[in-house]
Amino acid sequence: MVKPKITIIDTGCANLSSVVYALKRLDIEPVISNEKSVLLASDKLILPGVGTAVAAMRNLAERNLPEIICALEKPVLGICLGMQMLAQYSEERMNENAENIKCLGIVKGNIVKLKADNLPLPHMGWNRVNTIKDCPLFNNIAQGSYFYFVHSYALEVSADSAATSNYGEDFTAVVQKNNFFGAQFHPEKSGKAGSKFLENFINL
Amino acid sequence: MLAKRIIPCLDVKNGVVVKGVQFRNHEVMGSIVDLAKRYAEEGADELVFYDITASSDARVVDKSWVSKVAEVIDIPFCVAGGIKSVEDARRILEFGADKISINSPALADPTLISRLADRFGVQCVVCGIDSYYDKDRNEYLVKQYTGDESKTLLTNWTTPAWVEKVQSMGCGEIVLNMMNQDGMRQGYDLTQLNIIRPLCKVPLIASGGAGSMEHFKDGFKLANVDGCLAASVFHKGLIHIPELKDYLRKEGVIVRD
Repeated sequence: MVKPKITIIDTGCANLSSVVYALKRLDIEPVISNEKSVLLASDKLILPGVGTAVAAMRNLAERNLPEIICALEKPVLGICLGMQMLAQYSEERMNENAENIKCLGIVKGNIVKLKADNLPLPHMGWNRVNTIKDCPLFNNIAQGSYFYFVHSYALEVSADSAATSNYGEDFTAVVQKNNFFGAQFHPEKSGKAGSKFLENFINL
Repeated sequence: MLAKRIIPCLDVKNGVVVKGVQFRNHEVMGSIVDLAKRYAEEGADELVFYDITASSDARVVDKSWVSKVAEVIDIPFCVAGGIKSVEDARRILEFGADKISINSPALADPTLISRLADRFGVQCVVCGIDSYYDKDRNEYLVKQYTGDESKTLLTNWTTPAWVEKVQSMGCGEIVLNMMNQDGMRQGYDLTQLNIIRPLCKVPLIASGGAGSMEHFKDGFKLANVDGCLAASVFHKGLIHIPELKDYLRKEGVIVRD
């Protein structure tokens, strides 16, 4: 079988080595790029993200990426903040008076702060994920498997949610709209289940 | 439900894993990558690596091993030791560490915490706190430069005050190392944990004193910590992680399968 050409979209703010190493463990040598021609020639794309919504959206805009990403027809997987970028708006603004951050608007729903009551934030650690829709990324992964999360904001449960987790409230763990997928957890750090999830994406 | 975390800690000195009793007389426990891989396969939820000499020796932790660890393990890990600047942290995160933990340099300059949080996000920034119970004052006090006994200082901070301060600066997780207990395997200091827990709005990790499986259960059930960190009981094979998790599950603690 010919190995798919996987590109990690270089958003300029994310720490990419964990994702690169996870793909290498699956025998994939990813390309890291923000060149339109490279992105369009890829079989699958990963949109990583670490940091804040403001910085991440600014980095995308500076690289003229929003338009290119929205027009992609190949499977795209957003991870953590990369997943949040797929939503409509993010509440993770600079200060209370600032406007919500406009995201890529690909999937339904907004990014809101977790209502964790008296639970510690960030939501950091391993939590169970339950699929609420058929999603090919969960092939051969048991319902309720644990994945590794680190975040304080999350996509509210929406019509595009494919899997949820719970921390004080239910939130979207995996979102899917056509060729766009997003995982709030870090599959690259989620042990065997995470590795299977990435493998399923590679094999789409 | 979020699972409680079991976190083996690997104290690193000169490129190998060591463990001392109450921070002294370090004995060699094994190779970094081999131990990291073994613990990940056994079901550890996360790993912490401390270069215990770095801060005291005024040098940056040797990082060549960080990327080797990141290549082989598929669970999160944190690196501590001698991280004094945003640039030090950036390099370690680029090697593939998920978090960096700062201790003595944060005491020297608390703004380091907020500069790291602004640049990398609070989720990356862990504060290690070496807390010492002073019998005469009947208070928990913070120590600095504990990697080298001759350089260890008692700071002006009480532990509760420092716990509040680091959170206000943007720390995303606290590892509370209870020095009176470290390496003694007498159990975590539950009294201290119960003082700190209500003050700690970020994840709290107990460290120092684990000697039996009951000690982990007590940390989770009696002090409601998010994670229990231990070293010698794992390195010496006194507790095996799969058995520990079976035991905790039977005791009603939620742990990852």
